[in-house]
Amino acid sequence: MPDTRAAAYRRPGPTTQPAYDSPGYGSTKLRHPTLPLLRMPHTVSETRAPTMSPVDYPATNDMTKLAHGREAMGERIIVAGRVLDEDGRPVRGAMVEVWQANAAGRYNHPGDVHDAPLDPDFIGRARIFVDDDGWYRFTSIRPGAYPWRNHHNAWRPLHIHYSLFGAGFAQRMITQMYFPGDPLLALDPIWNAIPDADARDGLVAKFDLDITQPEFSLGYRFDITLRGAAATPFEDHDDGAH
Amino acid sequence: MTTGLTEMTAATAQQTAGPYWHLIDFPEWADLLRAEGPNAGLPGPRITLSGRITDGAGTPAADALVEVWQADAAGSYDPPFHGFGRCATDEAGVFRFQTLRPGAVPGAGNVIQAPHITLAIFSRGLMKHLVTRVYFSGEPRNATDPVLEAAGPRAGTLIAQETAPGAWRLDIVLQGAGETVFLDV
Repeated sequence: MPDTRAAAYRRPGPTTQPAYDSPGYGSTKLRHPTLPLLRMPHTVSETRAPTMSPVDYPATNDMTKLAHGREAMGERIIVAGRVLDEDGRPVRGAMVEVWQANAAGRYNHPGDVHDAPLDPDFIGRARIFVDDDGWYRFTSIRPGAYPWRNHHNAWRPLHIHYSLFGAGFAQRMITQMYFPGDPLLALDPIWNAIPDADARDGLVAKFDLDITQPEFSLGYRFDITLRGAAATPFEDHDDGAH
Repeated sequence: MTTGLTEMTAATAQQTAGPYWHLIDFPEWADLLRAEGPNAGLPGPRITLSGRITDGAGTPAADALVEVWQADAAGSYDPPFHGFGRCATDEAGVFRFQTLRPGAVPGAGNVIQAPHITLAIFSRGLMKHLVTRVYFSGEPRNATDPVLEAAGPRAGTLIAQETAPGAWRLDIVLQGAGETVFLDV
């Protein structure tokens, strides 16, 4: 991926990312660092990244069908979008991992004890590689909402987890995609921990009639932006934008 | 605020990996030298790297996802060596990788960085992953490594100890006394 490899990456603007110490999300209380993080110029350890190849990491872009051929229960969805860097360049070949709860709001995971049915025909994970124009696409089931114990009557909005590998390990990131019109979003301390409203909105997919397939599935568009190249190893986002 | 630069889109916000990321855990990835894996048969000094992750109350983080990214024994990030691994912490908060001991890699300017492994930690309660480095005790280049120098009196939180031949250990403290130096990458 030489065309998006950089000598250094821009630091994100301070309001576009959630803080480690986000009191609304109780689990951050004992897990956030209390001392300042050490900022150093990027080196090859940050600007290079593992080449994640479908030869070693086979692609699986349809969560609705397992090997036995039966189909998962729920409302089928197609999610597609582009993975670009901050300068609009496709991050070609980037590996994207996605995982999610089933239609009833339960993960296929021993730690999830929510009283909702497991679907024997749904695991809830996929792995996709970004194409030369920056596009990825997968088919899944619209996930359900589920309760969590962060506060009284807390429910997570519908979401799909995303894990991305870029051209440099400094671009590595995990995030969540949300669904438009979800009334739980405004109540969610994890989403609301992002100070900037535009940055929050950037995590909400859009219904897309062009991705929607007739007689088959609704489609959603979700684009992701990875950090772009910096002019100097110490440059932060503000230096680059002004 | 006009710049003459092409308008940029800010990098997408990160969100916690939450408690259910085991759906993307493949336990064999913790062995970078696994048979059938991308590094099968590659030469170099084999090591194990393990450590325990604890929170601000000293409680093990039993639901963390740890990733490593490192150069090969000659200090190269290029193929054929695939310097990436992933490991779930166990009930005791412990991760364990099998890999090759990395070589020194270039730094800024003419600086050579001491051999190190980059560690990325994801978990419930971490809004974004934490990044740190594992260095190796007794390595002469540690004395001139820029990150260790900048870490000052806390540099010891980045230096693994050899507990048995080839077995390296570095515990990670997320918060409080002995807090690990994390990097703002």
